[in-house]
Amino acid sequence: MVPLLDVRRLTKHFESKGGMWRTPTVVKAVDGVDFTVNEGEMFGLVGESGCGKSTTGRCILRLVEPTAGEVWFRGDNILHYSRERMRKARREMQIVFQDPYSSLNPRMRAADIVEEPLVVHKLGSREERRARAAELFELVGLERGHLERYPHEFSGGQRQRIGIARALALNPSLIVADEAVSALDVSIQAQVVQLLLDLQTTFKLTYLFIAHDLRLVEHVCHRVAVMYRGRIVELGDVTSLFANPTHPYTRALLSAIPALDPDARRTRIELDPGSFVLGAPLQEVAAGHWAAV
Amino acid sequence: MSEKTPSEKARSEPAAAPLLEVRHLTVQFGTDGRLPPAVNDVSFFVAPGETLGLVGESGSGKSVTAFSILRLLPPAARIVSGEIRFEGRDLLQLDQRDMQAVRGARISLIFQEPMTALNPVMRAGEQIAEALYVHGHGRAEARRRAVELLDAVHIPDPDRRAREYPHQLSGGMRQRVMIAIALACTPPLVIADEPTTALDVTIQAQILDLLRELQARFNLALLLITHDFGVIAEMADRVAVMHKGRIVEQGAVRQILRAPVDPYTQRLLAAVPGIARAATAPSPAAGKGF
Repeated sequence: MVPLLDVRRLTKHFESKGGMWRTPTVVKAVDGVDFTVNEGEMFGLVGESGCGKSTTGRCILRLVEPTAGEVWFRGDNILHYSRERMRKARREMQIVFQDPYSSLNPRMRAADIVEEPLVVHKLGSREERRARAAELFELVGLERGHLERYPHEFSGGQRQRIGIARALALNPSLIVADEAVSALDVSIQAQVVQLLLDLQTTFKLTYLFIAHDLRLVEHVCHRVAVMYRGRIVELGDVTSLFANPTHPYTRALLSAIPALDPDARRTRIELDPGSFVLGAPLQEVAAGHWAAV
Repeated sequence: MSEKTPSEKARSEPAAAPLLEVRHLTVQFGTDGRLPPAVNDVSFFVAPGETLGLVGESGSGKSVTAFSILRLLPPAARIVSGEIRFEGRDLLQLDQRDMQAVRGARISLIFQEPMTALNPVMRAGEQIAEALYVHGHGRAEARRRAVELLDAVHIPDPDRRAREYPHQLSGGMRQRVMIAIALACTPPLVIADEPTTALDVTIQAQILDLLRELQARFNLALLLITHDFGVIAEMADRVAVMHKGRIVEQGAVRQILRAPVDPYTQRLLAAVPGIARAATAPSPAAGKGF
């Protein structure tokens, strides 16, 4: 089976040019990342701040232009697409951002925000687009009567639903959810996660679920990749990876999650950077479970 | 809250003299009474050396409660009624000067965001020393003590770090500096408002370990405000759950986490990914929000 998304040796280096006072530097935000996402899968990408997980998500949509590598989507390397062709391809691949406050234009009404992708892609008449916006609004659990409201009139959870409705407007097959529920209170988070899962069933959506909340990822994803300093250090089925973390970084990361049981035995594992080689190739340590050891 | 069975009463009242006791605190925003109280008839206590977790979602009133204790509320907020007993006095009756002597020296505060809570144009050591000399310590001694405190919060090379500015420190180190400021006068009570929320999980683990260690070393009582039940499970002896300005349930941490009685606490815990009860919880999507 051809995976929906096949990312190969994806690399993004940010270079700052040297000036009179500074030496030029290169930040290897994403440094040779390989993974595939199957149709209908919820694939988690986890790691701590600065590990390159968001840049990876953005490179896949070419919102940030990768330095090197390949991104195969439905059997085509989209990094070779022209600007125009890429714009069309984005009908299939959409993103939901983390911050529901800064990712919606405060001067646009909710209806205009949700139908904007249709306008951009010149789809439907004005009436058809309005009808579609209303349909999407209901789909994500918002009230039709609130379509004419502005973003500030909605709560954080509702705003995130608007962001999801906008992402769904073009019937995409892949949604990059970049910390899409991180900013929400836990009860609201549970509702939005449930919405994402329901929509996945209804529309056979595929998610690249970028998150730092490991417990949440364990709860909702099928497979997960752990990023550390621009590289994937471990990748596998959620069950296998959480039960048998193999890479020293994954072990340290998982041991740092506070246990929800006050009587749980706490064994914090400190990361010893000398215990592994950064950039070692991934090796299969169990069926469908790979680690860079 | 006035009708209590004897067993409930036993659980919600301190065995020994509490360090801090908040009684029937009500805080209102605005003057016309159109808004519901941000804090509504809230009572709890903190015993010496213990950790009370104050947990709730945004807008539940947990931070307003904490800021009321230090009387650091914004001008729009008004304490309508209640008492805040601390070391034998009602903090709400103190004049500004006496209150100033309590802040930082007897009760200190650790904020969530170390980048905005620290002064960006002041060296780390100087910010710690400041906490000491406003409470009457000499400058030279305060500077020397600042370096000791940086060492106590496990910042390597404390002499050098004391001379650095916040932007030169990592997020975890900045939070350590804030903890050092909070500990400068070795107060018996520290209020920590989401002290690890802005941090990565591995850094969070280090900061929680540090707080526990310092708590044992200085016999600190901790009022820990958080929305994270994982942090609660790791740190708290007792827990008070806030919802819409009220404490809906309080008790020992094991009781709250394993057998919550209040329906809101039950729903809140059910929404936490990874809690076994989640399977039996009503579908969160079905609800209209809490």
